[in-house]
Amino acid sequence: MLWTTGLGRFADSFDPWAQLSRMENEMNRMLSRYTYPTSSEFPAFNIWGTPDQVVVTTEIPGIDPKSIEISVAGSTLTVRGLRDPEQMEKGASYHRRERWYGKFSKTIELPFTIEANEVEARFSKGILSITLPRSEAEKPKKVTVKSA
Amino acid sequence: MSEVTKEVQEQEKTQVERTRSTNIYTPDVDILEKDDSIIVFADIPGASESSVNITLEKDVLSIYAKVEPEVPEKHQLLRAEYGVGDYQRSFTLSNEVDREKIEAMVKNGVLRLVLPKAKEAQTRKIIVQAG
Repeated sequence: MLWTTGLGRFADSFDPWAQLSRMENEMNRMLSRYTYPTSSEFPAFNIWGTPDQVVVTTEIPGIDPKSIEISVAGSTLTVRGLRDPEQMEKGASYHRRERWYGKFSKTIELPFTIEANEVEARFSKGILSITLPRSEAEKPKKVTVKSA
Repeated sequence: MSEVTKEVQEQEKTQVERTRSTNIYTPDVDILEKDDSIIVFADIPGASESSVNITLEKDVLSIYAKVEPEVPEKHQLLRAEYGVGDYQRSFTLSNEVDREKIEAMVKNGVLRLVLPKAKEAQTRKIIVQAG
């Protein structure tokens, strides 16, 4: 399918290490058809699409919505955020500590230019959902052929 | 194994099978103990207050969170890096918990469960009297 080719790639295309990790991503993607999807980056994204837009969802529970930073440039989307560890009270001790905390940042490239002014984001029940419409200028135009 | 890690032990196996056909995931948890209570945090994105079911039977605490997957209408899934499903996890509590005072709260996809210790289970200070 036309869409999937450009997804999940890094934006910085001149860095040879990025090229390498791009290859790795590519390999992972190919292999993921047969095994469970592997994601080398955090957080995990699910990407949904129609010919006119893409919806990216990600599970980042416990985050202050104000700390989420979404930026769009050309065809790339970057999501940044921060989750603080729970405040330790005096005399408390951890039995288990499995939940992640700290900063994260993830960039993906879409196969089209994003209409930056129309991007919408919603955070509900720990799930961030970003709607990214395709740039109006890039949408295919229908041309009618006039008969002479 | 230190003394504290015995306080909350995870049940290795869940004997009950579910009839709902959905994936079930094990949520990541933080468990911390204070003098008067045990606090459990669990990441359950997609679940809300009304879809979380917490039961305490004898000394087994079970968390079950139902998730209704939200699928964008008329969209096709192009890339999936995570799966969506319900959450389930059970723990064995060794400390006596005051059942009446258990509090649960869900905010932004994180469950916070406060299990106050029963009075008898709280550490008592014994004063040694002079003879």
